[in-house]
Amino acid sequence: MELFINQVLAGVATGAIYACMALAVVMIYQAIDHLNFAQGEMAMFSTFIAWQLMQWGVPYWWAFLLTLVFSFAGGIAIERALFKPLAKAPVLTNVAGFIALFAIVNSVAGLTWDFTIKQFPTPFGSSPFLGSQLISTHQAGMIGVTVGLLILLYLFFQFTRIGLAMRAAASLPESARLVGINTSWMIALGWGMASAIGAIAGILIAPVVFLEPNMMGGVLIYGFAAAVLGGLTSPLGAVVGGFLVGVFENLAGTYIPGVGNELKLPIALALIITVLVLKPAGLFGRPIVKRV
Amino acid sequence: MTAMLNIKDLRAYYGQVQALHGLEFGLNEGSLTTLLGANGAGKTTTLRAICNMVRSTGSIEFDGASLNGRSTENIVRLGIAHVPQGRGTFTTMTVEENLQLGAITRKDKAGVVSDIERMYDHFPVLKERHTQQAGTLSGGEQQMLAVARALMLRPRLMLLDEPSFGLAPLIVRDLFKILGKINREDKVTILVVEQNAQLALELADKAYVIETGRIVMSGSAAEIANNEDVRKSYLGY
Repeated sequence: MELFINQVLAGVATGAIYACMALAVVMIYQAIDHLNFAQGEMAMFSTFIAWQLMQWGVPYWWAFLLTLVFSFAGGIAIERALFKPLAKAPVLTNVAGFIALFAIVNSVAGLTWDFTIKQFPTPFGSSPFLGSQLISTHQAGMIGVTVGLLILLYLFFQFTRIGLAMRAAASLPESARLVGINTSWMIALGWGMASAIGAIAGILIAPVVFLEPNMMGGVLIYGFAAAVLGGLTSPLGAVVGGFLVGVFENLAGTYIPGVGNELKLPIALALIITVLVLKPAGLFGRPIVKRV
Repeated sequence: MTAMLNIKDLRAYYGQVQALHGLEFGLNEGSLTTLLGANGAGKTTTLRAICNMVRSTGSIEFDGASLNGRSTENIVRLGIAHVPQGRGTFTTMTVEENLQLGAITRKDKAGVVSDIERMYDHFPVLKERHTQQAGTLSGGEQQMLAVARALMLRPRLMLLDEPSFGLAPLIVRDLFKILGKINREDKVTILVVEQNAQLALELADKAYVIETGRIVMSGSAAEIANNEDVRKSYLGY
């Protein structure tokens, strides 16, 4: 029983990270109808920035904050420079853009910081949380920071003017323009926020998976699985999906014979395919109906 | 009186297809004008061209300033509210959020709050349903919401694209009564595009008739209503 609870809690902790990545993916998907394959690489790059700042002696939380600002600005810059010009381009052109972004960010990180794995500090420590063997303080911190972030995002989108404008621009761009919303900048803002959310995910997961240019590959696939499971059209779904995938991954690794650590990733892919076949809109998503 | 909106030699295109062929007309401040025409005559395109939602050439002036080259959102910010065909309701948001979105460009918070109350006076059904998702409203209620949302901008000019579409006749009468009231009391200049010519001509003080992308007739609403060709083509008697 203790093993079960332990695995569930550890799943919730990594699930928090998948939830962040899924949320970042969904935010951009809602704004431009494309999946950002480079979301993980952007998060990885942000994590390196945080690491570099700490190497230079910046205290953890200052580095954290500065990285968020950098990532926010970087996300906006990427949208303005690369994806705004592609707004009316065909799907495949956009896919090529994302792959290019993926390759460029990955290589630049490798070139700057090389491919050796690096330790990444945690401000929470890794002792047992509240004296319990079930969960470590870092895992509790991951959950805490994510939950705090989700609450802030909820308040932002529900109760601020700009949050309302962003929701309007994502759901019906033409109507949004007709009430005077600059939808193009709302998309850029969405990119900035998604990039900053990804940075938080990267910084929180780095002490667990260690810092290196390919650290987010697996995480992003789980994030995609979470987004698909929850529904690509639903931010709430993405978050719930993230936690579900985290728990499911851990339980499958522990209890299904032969899965273990090595075969966990195919489970995420199997989950994506299963959801797409059985319930393409996901748990919380609206089915997309098009008049033809 | 100089025209508030002045349109000259307006040509609009969907890809290679030309939809408007040198349209010319003007709207006087405070007027309630209707643009009549059959399906495909270019009524919707005209409204879309005013808000730069379709590729067009020619000159469109609002208060003497050219709208050419301005983005849709900048044109709206000048005080031109557009109620599009199909209403453009934000269906996943609440009725109140839809109204707030109408006023999203305004900075006067207190004014917005009191205007929302004013809309609830104009349209009591919206007050009853203010926390409800807008997509759950009936067609007539959604049209009321679309008009209310447009008014939240405190527009100087309101463009309405077939507000009667899909609504029961009684509801259309109510809606048109409210439009008349808004025009008289709030001094909002209104351009309404309609297929329901009879009702539109009762409401409007001026009318234009559009055929295959050109204005073919203009005059006071009464003149147009008495014109034999118009009666045969659009009023059916």
